[in-house]
Amino acid sequence: MMLPLSIAAAHLRSRRRQTLVSVLGVALGVGVFIAVTGLMGGFQSYFRTQMIDSNPHVTITDEVRQPAAQPLAMLHPRAAVAVARILPRDPVRGIANAGEIMAALAAMPGVAVAPTLRGQMLLRRAGRDYAVNAIGIDPVRESAVTTLSRDMRQGSLEALGSRPDGIVIGLALADKMGAALGDTISVATSAGGESALRVVGIFRTGLEQLDTGQVYVALNRQQSMQARPRVINEIHVKLADISRSREVAALAEGRWGYKAAPWEETFARILEVFVLQNVIIYGSTGSILLVAGFGIFNIISTVVSEKARDIAIMRSIGMPRGSVVATFIVEGIAVGVMGVAAGWLLGGAGASVIETFPAPGSTDGEGGTLMVLQSPATYGLAAGIALLSSVVAAWIPARKAARTDPLVIIRGAT
Amino acid sequence: MTAHDVMDGEVLRAEGLGRVLQGAVPVTLVSGVTLGFRPASFSVITGPSGSGKSSLLYLLGLLDVPSSGEVLVGGAATSGLDDAARTRLRLAVFGFVFQFHFLLPEFSVLDNVMLPMRQLGRLKGVAMRARAMALLDSLGMADQALKKPDALSGGQRQRTAVARALANDPQVVLADEPTGSLDTRNAAAVFAVLAGLAGEGRTVIAVTHDEGLAAMAQRRIHLVDGRVVRDGPVGNAAVRR
Repeated sequence: MMLPLSIAAAHLRSRRRQTLVSVLGVALGVGVFIAVTGLMGGFQSYFRTQMIDSNPHVTITDEVRQPAAQPLAMLHPRAAVAVARILPRDPVRGIANAGEIMAALAAMPGVAVAPTLRGQMLLRRAGRDYAVNAIGIDPVRESAVTTLSRDMRQGSLEALGSRPDGIVIGLALADKMGAALGDTISVATSAGGESALRVVGIFRTGLEQLDTGQVYVALNRQQSMQARPRVINEIHVKLADISRSREVAALAEGRWGYKAAPWEETFARILEVFVLQNVIIYGSTGSILLVAGFGIFNIISTVVSEKARDIAIMRSIGMPRGSVVATFIVEGIAVGVMGVAAGWLLGGAGASVIETFPAPGSTDGEGGTLMVLQSPATYGLAAGIALLSSVVAAWIPARKAARTDPLVIIRGAT
Repeated sequence: MTAHDVMDGEVLRAEGLGRVLQGAVPVTLVSGVTLGFRPASFSVITGPSGSGKSSLLYLLGLLDVPSSGEVLVGGAATSGLDDAARTRLRLAVFGFVFQFHFLLPEFSVLDNVMLPMRQLGRLKGVAMRARAMALLDSLGMADQALKKPDALSGGQRQRTAVARALANDPQVVLADEPTGSLDTRNAAAVFAVLAGLAGEGRTVIAVTHDEGLAAMAQRRIHLVDGRVVRDGPVGNAAVRR
C-alpha cells in the first residue's frame, strides 16, 4: 500500500468514533439528497406525464402571433409604421380552413388530429354557478389525441357521441357541485345558449386545473350553444414522438399562419416552476452535503493539529509536501467514499419507504402512492457533490499541514 | 587549518555557514562555521544552552536554510536546491535521530522503521521487511517489532528511532540530543550504538550537553554564541581563534 494511503488509514482507524460521525454526516447528506430530489423528480415526472398525456402535444388555435401587414405599412415599407389594436373583420373567429389543415396533418406519419371548439360555459347547480372551460369534441377523434378516455372514472367519453345532451366533467368539479353520473346540470354560455345537460362521464386526470375547470361536450352541441355553427377554434395534435412537438408546431404555423403551440410553450409557466423547484431542492439538499463537508474538515483539521509532530518527522526524514497533502486528501476521500456508499443505501431505503406513502389527494380511493424517481444520475450527482466537498474540506487543512515548517515543530518539542 | 578542514574525501562540509533569524531584533544562531566531516567518523557538537548546536545540526542536515555560506553534500553545493530536492537529498543521504523519538503511534515498531524505506521506494516488500528486521535485531529490538511505540520503554523507543534513521542506509546520521530524555544506562547504550555506526563507515554527528557521553566520540566541536571555539579530537580539541 502506498505510504500516504497507509498513514491515512491508520489515522482514520485510530479515530473510529470521529470517523464514524463524519461518515454518518456524509451518508445522511447523500441519503437525504437522493430521497428528496427523487421525490421531487417523481412528482415532476408524474405531473409532466399527466400534463403531456392529458393534453395535445401541439395545439393549433385561431390566433395569429403577428397580425397581417396593414396597407399603410405596405405602402411605406421603409417607414416606421405602428398600427395598434387591429381587430378582425369577422367577429366570429375560427380556423377558416380547418378541414384542409387536419387532412394535411393527419397525412403525416405518427400524427393524429382532432377538431375542437373551446368556449366559456357557466354550470349552474343548487343555486351556485361554476365557470368552466367547455371543449366541444368529437369523442372518437379526441380519444386518439389525449388520454381522456383512459382517465374516465365513471361513464364514458364515447357516450357524448350517442347522447347529444351529454356532458363529461371532472371528479373534483363533480364533488364540488355535488353532481353524480346521470344528474342534469343547467348550463349557459355567453352567446345566450342555455340548456340542461346530463352527466354522462366523470374523469380524473390528477391535475387540479383540469379536474375542476374543464368539461367536455359534443362538438355539435358546443357549436350550437356558442352560436358558432361549423366553427372550430382549436385543432389538437398528438404525436407518436413528443420530441417532434416544436418541429411540427413550427411547420404548421409557418404553413397556415395560425398559432401552433407545442406543449412546452403551453405549459411553459409550469415548467419554469419546475426549474425553480429544482433550484430550491438541489440547493437545499446540496447544502446538507456541504455541511457534511464541515464534518470532514473538522476531523482532518483535528488530525493535522494532533499530528503536527508526526508530520514534522515525516517531512524531516524526506516525505515531500505533496505526499503530506495526499495523505490528508486520501483521508477526506475515504470518509467521503464510505459516506457515499452508506448514503446510497440510506437514500435507496428512504426512497422505498417514501414510495409506500399515499400520495396527497389520493384519499378518494384512487390508490396512488408517492412516486420517487431514482436515477443513476441522481446517485452520481449526490456522490459527486459529496466527494467534491470531501476533497475541498480535506484540502484546506492538508495544505496547512504541508506548509508546516518541520523545524518549528521539532524545535518546539525540544 | 586542522586535519578536518581538508575537503578531499569529505561526505559533508559547511563553508562559512551562518544563520540569522530575522525579526524586530535579528538573532544570530550560527556564524561563520566552516567544518568538514569524513566517513567513519563520530563527532559531537557541544556547547552551552543557546550556543547554536541544534541550529548547526539542522543546517548540516538540510532541515534549515542558511542565511550565508554553503553546505556541501558529497562535494555538491546545496544552496541552489529547492524544497523538493532538499527533501529528496535528506531521504537518501541523512538519517535523523531527535531528542524525542517522534515514532508514529498508530504503526508498529517494524512499520515505523520501514517508513523511510517506503518513502524512498528502493526496496520492495520482503526485502524491505528483512532489512527493517535486521536493523531492529542489530539494536536488540527484534522481539519488539510488532509492538506499538506506547508499549516500549524510553530506551527502546529511541533505539527504534535509531533503526528508522538507518533505514535507507544513510551516509550521515545526525542526532540531536538523542539521549536527552533517557536515563543514564539507556543514554550510554544509545551512544554506544552511534559509535558503532561510525565504526561501520558512517559519518555520525551528535549534539549533546553530556560531557560523559561526549567522551565516547572521536571528535568534539564546541560552540559558543554560534561560533566554533574548539574543534579537535576528544580531550584534545584545538582552540580556534
